[in-house]
Amino acid sequence: MALEMRLPVARKPLSESLGRESKKHLVVPGDTITTDTGFMRGHGTYMGEEKLIASVAGSVERVNKLICVKALKTRYNGEVGDIVVGRITEVQQKRWKVETNSRLDSVLLLSSMNLPGGELRRRSAEDELAMRGFLQEGDLISVSFTLHSSIFMFALGQGVLVQVSPSLVKRQKTHFHDLPCGASVILGNNGFIWVYPTPEHKEDDAGGFIANLEPVSLTDREVISRLRNCIVSLATQRMMLYDTSILYCYEASLPHQIKDILKPEIMEEIVMETRQRLLEQEG
Amino acid sequence: MAGLELLSDQGYRVDGRRAGELRKIQARMGVFAQADGSAYIEQGNTKALAVVYGPHEIRGSRARALPDRALVNCQYSSATFSTGERKRRPHGDRKSCEMGLQLRQTFEAAILTQLHPRSQIDIYVQVLQADGGTYAACVNAATLAVLDAGIPMRDFVCACSAGFVDGTALADLSHVEEAAGGPQLALALLPASGQIALLEMDARLHEDHLEQVLEAAARASRDVHTVLDRVVRQHVQEASVLLGD
Repeated sequence: MALEMRLPVARKPLSESLGRESKKHLVVPGDTITTDTGFMRGHGTYMGEEKLIASVAGSVERVNKLICVKALKTRYNGEVGDIVVGRITEVQQKRWKVETNSRLDSVLLLSSMNLPGGELRRRSAEDELAMRGFLQEGDLISVSFTLHSSIFMFALGQGVLVQVSPSLVKRQKTHFHDLPCGASVILGNNGFIWVYPTPEHKEDDAGGFIANLEPVSLTDREVISRLRNCIVSLATQRMMLYDTSILYCYEASLPHQIKDILKPEIMEEIVMETRQRLLEQEG
Repeated sequence: MAGLELLSDQGYRVDGRRAGELRKIQARMGVFAQADGSAYIEQGNTKALAVVYGPHEIRGSRARALPDRALVNCQYSSATFSTGERKRRPHGDRKSCEMGLQLRQTFEAAILTQLHPRSQIDIYVQVLQADGGTYAACVNAATLAVLDAGIPMRDFVCACSAGFVDGTALADLSHVEEAAGGPQLALALLPASGQIALLEMDARLHEDHLEQVLEAAARASRDVHTVLDRVVRQHVQEASVLLGD
């Protein structure tokens, strides 16, 4: 078995290599943001002695009369229209408790789920007893919040989960991506990212409870592992995650072996290349 | 140790510091990727590590959930190799519980718990090397960790210890000075408003001297705040640059 060892080396701050300063107004708790009482206070601030004081460390954002401080990283705050990936923690009487990396566990109601077959009827006692047949503790699901009480969700089969900070996932029109390299990703707004083999044919969703347990081929597994390592490197270097950045990072990592991607110097090199490509692309 | 003078005639302490001088402080935030917030601090030779999880759903008994605010749960632990003699410290022992309680009182005063009802915030602190001022180092590390986790706080909580020798108040006591047996005081302060989050002393001190010692501790805590403020600003600056404007 090959063993690799490295000695501690002083880390240099990552932003040095970028060589630029932030132009935002950065505050820490206890800082006075403004003494003007005309402003409304948003998240990350509180009113004390006629002054607006910051309560988190981050950047000040001002929208007309509303001032809020956006913290560097927080737990996930749900919003309508978001896609999240969650894990079932409990099966309760008429609902499931789902862990979504937010301040409280989310609740998935039995009444809001589409039954297999697409029938619309009142949920009976048998449905309640059969709940565990649908989703058990430890299962992973992908859910999207919609305005009405019904939600669109399906259980996830084989794949890899990567947990990153919610602030690193860029808001986009769609969060389901089929990448050309041969795998698909679901970028949950809550920071949970699911990488899975692209299904051969799109089966019409009957709720999607039946997990596809066919063995995944070696090439697919390698693609998924490489993608997972790329996502981890991007997250470590605090880069925004979206389909383009993940794809560029994947392509930049191809010359290296999959397990080498996680080494600090190679991680830096790959992410630096990704950053450059993205800058060139934007103009 | 007989004959060891804690304060020389020229005003120098055992390690060469002046009466009101702090030890060198080095701190870093975000040391663990898997925790919501983490920080590491070194005050002289005292080293402490703090990790914060939360706010999250209350684990265990649902009955402990508070309907209007978050539950703050602090646990203190001291590594077996932290003191001069290797000593195994079981988890539930008196000192750990007492420290955990003090930390909890300190942070319940500073964290804006009303913003997160029915949830729980866990703060775990571990002392890796104890050379005096362990409570202060724990509070300072935990403050940075709570800030790293993005949990809203009223202000920084900065702590420092103080003692009294030969009519002079000493700030930031080391282990040698603590072991000498004089009065020692631990103070946790919210610097912007000057409010005291926790004040603890279990020794005998004449009340005439209390004001002087308290003043020395408060001044030292404000000095600690200057250092921690700089660390946090640097961290925020770096993260902001990386995420792109």
